[in-house]
Amino acid sequence: MSEIESKVKAIIVDKLGVDEADVKPEASFTNDLGADSLDTVELIMEFEKEFGVNIPDDQAEKISTVGDAIAYIENAK
Amino acid sequence: MTFFSYMELKRVVVTGLGAVTPIGNNPEETWNNMLNGVSGAAPITLFDASSFKTQFACEVKNLKVNDYIDRKEARKMDRYAQLAIIAAMQAMQDSGLNLDEEDKNRIGVIYGVGIGGIKTFEEEVGYWATHQELGPKFNPFFIPKMIADIAAGHISIMYGLHGPNFATTSACASSTNALADAFNLIRLGKANVIVSGGAEAAITPSGVGGFNAMHALSTRNDDPEHASRPFSASRDGFIMGEGAGCLILEELEHAKARGAKIYAEMVGEGMSADAHHITASHPEGLGACLVMQNALEDAGMKPEDIDYINVHGTSTPVGDISEAKAIKQVFGEAAYKLNISSTKSMTGHLLGAAGAVEALASVLAVKNDIIPPTINHVEGDEDPEIDYTLNYTFNKAEKREVRAALSNTFGFGGHNACVIFKKYAE
Repeated sequence: MSEIESKVKAIIVDKLGVDEADVKPEASFTNDLGADSLDTVELIMEFEKEFGVNIPDDQAEKISTVGDAIAYIENAK
Repeated sequence: MTFFSYMELKRVVVTGLGAVTPIGNNPEETWNNMLNGVSGAAPITLFDASSFKTQFACEVKNLKVNDYIDRKEARKMDRYAQLAIIAAMQAMQDSGLNLDEEDKNRIGVIYGVGIGGIKTFEEEVGYWATHQELGPKFNPFFIPKMIADIAAGHISIMYGLHGPNFATTSACASSTNALADAFNLIRLGKANVIVSGGAEAAITPSGVGGFNAMHALSTRNDDPEHASRPFSASRDGFIMGEGAGCLILEELEHAKARGAKIYAEMVGEGMSADAHHITASHPEGLGACLVMQNALEDAGMKPEDIDYINVHGTSTPVGDISEAKAIKQVFGEAAYKLNISSTKSMTGHLLGAAGAVEALASVLAVKNDIIPPTINHVEGDEDPEIDYTLNYTFNKAEKREVRAALSNTFGFGGHNACVIFKKYAE
């Protein structure tokens, strides 16, 4: 697991209170991990803080799974 | 003839209690510590207060929030809302209400808070102020964590309660106003049950620093436990407290029909304003007189019917004098036969939660025929402006018949609110 992947998963586990085993690349924040719209916004903010990247709203809307988040951050770094 | 005289008012009783206070994480522990004169004051642990004029407070201790609230949910709540919910959960359980059998459209939640999520406000605005290069980055939970009404919202969501739901705010009278509103709605027949109380968690840098700037807090840093000394000459300000209190108020016939245990009957409320100064109480206790008169009239009681007054009594130089004067003016000769005490001498001043916790103390005094003390008075520490022929129940709890108790709370802004409880009889 890359460093980015493990950090992303740790943030998701912390913020959504889910088991790490459920944080699979294909898992959707809202459908599989119980996030509501506010949780999702908060997750994006945490990614921005942790990785020092800026994720504009129009891009953030496209990040709906764990894999989406990892890919976006890897690209942006 | 008043408006109320034209309609038949329902009777309202107290059927459940909850409390998270600096001297106990439930009502029983809080009450026992009150009777034993235990102080909740200690050096501040919630933040580094070493540079503050006041470095102690009455914090809630050893509370395991996650024993009550799921970690993920708790994270989305300010501490004040967490405390509010825990007290409500205790009170709901204590009431024995079976929600599967209740009409949840007729159960409401009215909770008072003086400030709201000040810790959340501090953190979020602090982050923005120190990271302006990032642009306006605010957490999406900033507003729903901070706002003063959110505790009432959370409690309704938790239990599916669809009745009247809102917060009251009148500074240190906030939760007395919540009880008064709940009482009025139930007696008007608009709800069967209202989960009512208050919460506050303002022991934060801006909370302590803000009150310090007003010279409102005691600075007796070398002796926190003895700093809250209402009605003693050497009192030097209030001690910030935090916590929550909850009373389940219920329409009497509804309570009887389900065989509920009844702690006491709520029989009156009073409200008034000093219309004098934003923070100083009226020197002659004008608003304080009015509010007690209003409550007695509302309850249809005479001064001699009250055996106990749980005073606002915050241990500030001006406030204690004017409240004592007001009691003498309203109660006349009866003032010398009743007991007065300030439980703030032990709990500190819970601001928006004070009214609920002190109402709880008043209810338990009525139920158990015992008056909790005003601790920390030492002989020789008498203020020439205070009449010591009144019985302030100094230092030791006093057993006596308590037919009815009145609880006063006064808030910055000149808001005064008062409630009366009496022994329940058919």
